[in-house]
Amino acid sequence: MKENFVRSREERTKKLEEIALKIRRHIIREIYEAGSGHPGGSLSATEIITALYFYIMRHNPHNPKWEDRDRFVLSKGHSCPALYAALAESGYFDVKELLTLRKLGSRLQGHPSIKTPGIDICTGSLGQGLSIAVGMALGARIDRKLYRVFVLMGDGELQCGEVWEAAMAAANYRLDNITAIVDRNRLQIDGNTEKIMSLEPLSFKFKAFGWHVTEINGHNFNEIIDAIENGFKIKGKPKVVIAHTVKGKGVSFMEGSVAFHGKPPNDEQFKIAMKELGVENV
Amino acid sequence: MFKEYKYPREAYGKTLRQLGRERKDIVVVDADLSSSTKTKFFADEFPDRFFNMGVAEQNMVGVAAGLATTGKTVFASSFAMFIVGRGYDQIRQSIAYPKLNVKIVATHAGITVGGDGASHQIIEDIALMCALPNMSVFVPADNVETEKIIRSIADYRGPAYVRLGRSKVPTIYDQSYEFQQGKASVLREGDDITIIALGIMVSEALIASEELEKKGISARVINMSTVKPIDREAIIKAAKETGAIITAEEHNTIMGMGSLVASIVAENYPVYVYKCGIPDVFGESGDYRELMEKYGLTSKNIIKAAENIIRKR
Repeated sequence: MKENFVRSREERTKKLEEIALKIRRHIIREIYEAGSGHPGGSLSATEIITALYFYIMRHNPHNPKWEDRDRFVLSKGHSCPALYAALAESGYFDVKELLTLRKLGSRLQGHPSIKTPGIDICTGSLGQGLSIAVGMALGARIDRKLYRVFVLMGDGELQCGEVWEAAMAAANYRLDNITAIVDRNRLQIDGNTEKIMSLEPLSFKFKAFGWHVTEINGHNFNEIIDAIENGFKIKGKPKVVIAHTVKGKGVSFMEGSVAFHGKPPNDEQFKIAMKELGVENV
Repeated sequence: MFKEYKYPREAYGKTLRQLGRERKDIVVVDADLSSSTKTKFFADEFPDRFFNMGVAEQNMVGVAAGLATTGKTVFASSFAMFIVGRGYDQIRQSIAYPKLNVKIVATHAGITVGGDGASHQIIEDIALMCALPNMSVFVPADNVETEKIIRSIADYRGPAYVRLGRSKVPTIYDQSYEFQQGKASVLREGDDITIIALGIMVSEALIASEELEKKGISARVINMSTVKPIDREAIIKAAKETGAIITAEEHNTIMGMGSLVASIVAENYPVYVYKCGIPDVFGESGDYRELMEKYGLTSKNIIKAAENIIRKR
């Protein structure tokens, strides 16, 4: 959905930053209202999801099942508050619905489900999204469709063996229509990924599996967009963008905090967080 | 009693190939066992719609789900032990929960795998698959019914699990047989007792029924090839009309078809139910007929159970 605002890279960044700020506010409010949820990984993925939904991906909020749409799989399903916010801001549903997150009868489940317009697959049990993406990419090949498949994975989730089964399959079938993005915030529930179960050297692992690898700052729109769009030019292999991010990005006391992996802000923290995001009266 | 013995998994492979000729939306994935599961028949003719995912069942199940989101009718096959055992979470999260159009057709289920031993002999797959919301579960009795069931599930959108064995089984049905999902097939009428059987045990039930007739016991035989949604009416009718039920299946007696039958009988019309199956133990290596003898899966076991029930009346 490339909007008509690309007169310069600076202007593009400015517009996307405005959207990202709105998404961060939604994330905090959604999780606060729900009384549970995962702010840390939602905030670290905000620029990635914003760049995809508001610049890179071809999709149509008025026709979520459009068969030529680019596909997006949120393999790190617990970051769905960010995805729901992007879907709402894109126009898949009213932003008011965001406040129903995790409530009985809501279309916005605690982890992504197909109840939500714009979501194609249930995720939440980690490590499964890349396999789904491989299936979608093979489907495109059979039908000779040009849509692209994007999958966002957490770094902790790369400890799941299935991810590497899928990585092997994507390279084996030369699925150059897949772009995986790793939200490399270096924190998982029990602590630093390198202390819990070391992932490094991560880029070498992907390279060894036959992938094209780019490492970027995952909060910089130009870097995100350049890495993904340059990847499209590379044929014959799947692409992964390792996006270095800060868990809880944008809210001072959540940044780099393991505690806010899966905890909502309390009343006071909510006010502080919203103030930091430019909302004075909540 | 039976004229011919055939491999249901061969009927599966041939039906799949035929479906591939008829329909462009049929896609197949396998995990390095295509020559055993017989998906090779399809693979050889439609290499562009067949994907071998290697020895990686979790990924295979996820890939099947991803393909289904693009509108394909996907068949995913491997040995039952591996696709259900290794792939359970993926089946649950990525197929059953989003209700995707993936048909899991698992071969080499149960102890009749034979020589490979307990590591390869799944006796709990019916329990696992029946407990998943949105999942339908089928166990064909022979090669004819296999073909009918595969065609039937290809025609509706949604998840399904089909359980096939490794060995040849006697052909029970002829081509005029009309399979209907959720409808039990009454193979033999009877008034004294009912035998409800699955898969390879259907032929054993028919042999038992014939032997029992010689002893003056009239046994109804029902093939419950749709385990879920199970035919409640046929079960309740059997309870009312024959007063006792024996279930026979190549599965753990805990949480198999027998348990489902017993719970329906208990809720609706309590009568005696005897479950003939694997008595909550792991199998072992051996010839499949020897294993059936050792683990109580023969017509003799059914006959003995029937005689005991009748004697107690």
